[in-house]
Amino acid sequence: MQKVTKDILISKAAGLLDSQTVTRVLGWKRGEFYDDVTPAVFHSREELENGFVFDDFCGANLSKYLIKETAKDDGKILVFLKPCDTYSFNQLLTERRFPRDKVYALGVGCEGMLDSRKIRAVSESVISVRDLGNSVEVETLYDGILTLDRQTLLPDRCQRCKSKKHVAFDELIATDGKILDSNRFDEVEKLEKMTADERYRFWQEQLSRCIRCNACRDVCPACTCEKCVFDNPDSGVANKACANEFEEKMFHIVRAFHVVGRCTDCGECSRVCPQNIPLHLLNRKFIKDINTFYGTYQAGETVGSRAPLVDYNPDDAEPSEVLTGGTHHV
Amino acid sequence: MYKTAKEKLPAVLDAISRYFSLYLPVDYEDGAVFEAYSYGKTLSSKVNTVKSPKEYFFPQTETLVNFKVDGKSLSIIDPRRESEDFVIFGMRACDVKSLAILDRVFLSDPIDTYYENRRRHGIIVSMACSKPAATCFCTTFGIDPSEPDGDAILYLDKDTLYLNIKTEKGAKLLTPLQGIIVDCEQNEVDTQKNLIRERLKKLPLSSLQTTTFSSGKTDDFFSSEVWETLSDTCLGCGSCTYVCPTCHCYDIKDFKTADGIRRFRCWDSCMFSDFTQMSHGNPRTKQSERFRQRFMHKLVYYPTNHDGIFSCVGCGRCLKSCPINMNIVKVMKALGGEGNGKQ
Amino acid sequence: MPITEYKPLIVAFCCNWCSYAGADLAGNNRLQYPADVKIIRVPCSCRVNPTFILRAFQKGADGVIICGCHPGDCHYTSGNYYTRRRMTLLFSMLDFLGIERERTRLEWVSAAEGTKFAATMNDFVKTVASLGENKRLEDLRCKK
Repeated sequence: MQKVTKDILISKAAGLLDSQTVTRVLGWKRGEFYDDVTPAVFHSREELENGFVFDDFCGANLSKYLIKETAKDDGKILVFLKPCDTYSFNQLLTERRFPRDKVYALGVGCEGMLDSRKIRAVSESVISVRDLGNSVEVETLYDGILTLDRQTLLPDRCQRCKSKKHVAFDELIATDGKILDSNRFDEVEKLEKMTADERYRFWQEQLSRCIRCNACRDVCPACTCEKCVFDNPDSGVANKACANEFEEKMFHIVRAFHVVGRCTDCGECSRVCPQNIPLHLLNRKFIKDINTFYGTYQAGETVGSRAPLVDYNPDDAEPSEVLTGGTHHV
Repeated sequence: MYKTAKEKLPAVLDAISRYFSLYLPVDYEDGAVFEAYSYGKTLSSKVNTVKSPKEYFFPQTETLVNFKVDGKSLSIIDPRRESEDFVIFGMRACDVKSLAILDRVFLSDPIDTYYENRRRHGIIVSMACSKPAATCFCTTFGIDPSEPDGDAILYLDKDTLYLNIKTEKGAKLLTPLQGIIVDCEQNEVDTQKNLIRERLKKLPLSSLQTTTFSSGKTDDFFSSEVWETLSDTCLGCGSCTYVCPTCHCYDIKDFKTADGIRRFRCWDSCMFSDFTQMSHGNPRTKQSERFRQRFMHKLVYYPTNHDGIFSCVGCGRCLKSCPINMNIVKVMKALGGEGNGKQ
Repeated sequence: MPITEYKPLIVAFCCNWCSYAGADLAGNNRLQYPADVKIIRVPCSCRVNPTFILRAFQKGADGVIICGCHPGDCHYTSGNYYTRRRMTLLFSMLDFLGIERERTRLEWVSAAEGTKFAATMNDFVKTVASLGENKRLEDLRCKK
């Protein structure tokens, strides 16, 4: 497979700008360091050539920005979508969050994005990173040049990539991949097998680290309410205080519950968490339950599919039948 | 100046913890964290913790007062207790400096007695940064990580631990450390200091300048067009604010308890849509305005109110935590012209 | 001195059209069920938002039960079908977080089932009593 390079994408995007197919380009912009890539809008070939980047650190999912960008009513916008991003794109379309005809979607291949947190865990003084295929060459200030196994530097969401297939695009750069059998529910199963006490301790430890920065909510392509329930001062949950254990649980249960059946498992919540809490496991638990109880469902796989929570089957199981812990029937 | 063998570090920590509550940065898989010492915990090898240690002086959530209702009587309960001396061990130069910035806010009239109480009792053992990280830029703000502020300064080299006692508060450590540390000359750490200074020159952000910013420059930057571009993809979350050692805005809220009201304060962020909520809402209606507020505060407003001192210490935490990697360095470069920061 | 018997506080969300009437019937027939069951009348079991349940625990409930019309009998045709999916997933999530599975329950009680209502409540109270106080989803600020 031909590797997607920055230059191919720049020439493609600049061509579409030149032909006035699109008026601007939503992509990733190079920063000061190897890893500080920022989502950005480009308006010209020159801007693209000066700042556009496509490398191992373009993890940010751009699809949510389309709500804001298409509302600007300024012609068509080009967006670059990695396979996992296309699921969010479709889900947003299902929820009619932006008009499809104002977007030109360019699918780009992805071999997994690197996790800068994992690189920093190796060395805090990394100044450059070079991708060598199966390994990564890391230049540091004090420890010389290190060669690291690429696979170990991938975040969980890429190690267990659910799909290399683009489910939405106007044009595809590089050949399309397949839906993968990624064992992405392994971690959830591991937790399920623990005793309730162990699970309680695990989540207590994880969620108590939450600082309520709300980044998980703000980045989530499924969290698109104009005003979030947690931004309502009368909601009773202090949106910016990590007041106590109850509120932490309340926030994270409700956050995950609000996206049940709509979460595509893109993993952005865990990527942005400054405290590195494995938030995606809460979402995955819901996805796994849906698959088990109501039949396999992948949010965003198609446009217009009916999410499991706004659907039912008269023969659905009772909670007491399917959940262990066992309630007593009268 | 005092010294001991580096392998005595556990003994030093243990001795201090017998006299004082002790907090130190400890390494975890996903980064270092300041936490209470217990036997066996070792000092982090990282330059910076994910969150700053400001929470030991200005906690994220803190009860200010409790109101208790009993029938028709209302009692007001002050939750404050005189805290005892405690030690924060291994604070970096940038974090120590951030306290001086918070002091100017909380210790000026009217004094924030909650903060003051903790400041009075906190003994700070700072630590020189022998390996500054690639994201460090404290020198931009005139901070010298080879000689941090603090009540005592710790230097660690290959096999020796040096402790430079700087203040009366710092001298309180001498009792617990009796028999563990011995006198030595000030110049024994000179080699390390020089090495640090050499390393600082080679950092990627070493040439970042503050010259374009200063007090009274509000008009120069307020209407700049770059704010729109810089904040275009800002999510409006609070991760930069909450990891920042100098951000100090808070909100005060009431919580209805079983028998009254708990009035508490919690950190707030100017990046949030419900920051500084008034009857008509947030006066900064667009994210670009909120974004501008955060950086103008650090680079222009604070210096205007506080003798030209900037409200950033260059710790680099926001560079690592921002979900979209927008940060103060990019803002300074965008506002300071092309030349800023280029070597 | 004998230890005072622990009495759990139970919040029961009851559908206006069936379970609430079922509770009424239980009362009219003088069927006994513990006074510690606090009934909150809702227009349909489907009105119950997960936040209601979490909030009930926060404010001191030791167990929360949702009662609605039997599947197929919903006054609004299908509300209780949605309730069933929603509650199954929520209860499963609470279990995933290590919160005792037995503290939450979903039951179908019709307006004619006064006996079932009383028996359900008696059984639920007994189950929750055996678990003891809710510690894993409590808010200390709300405790006296």
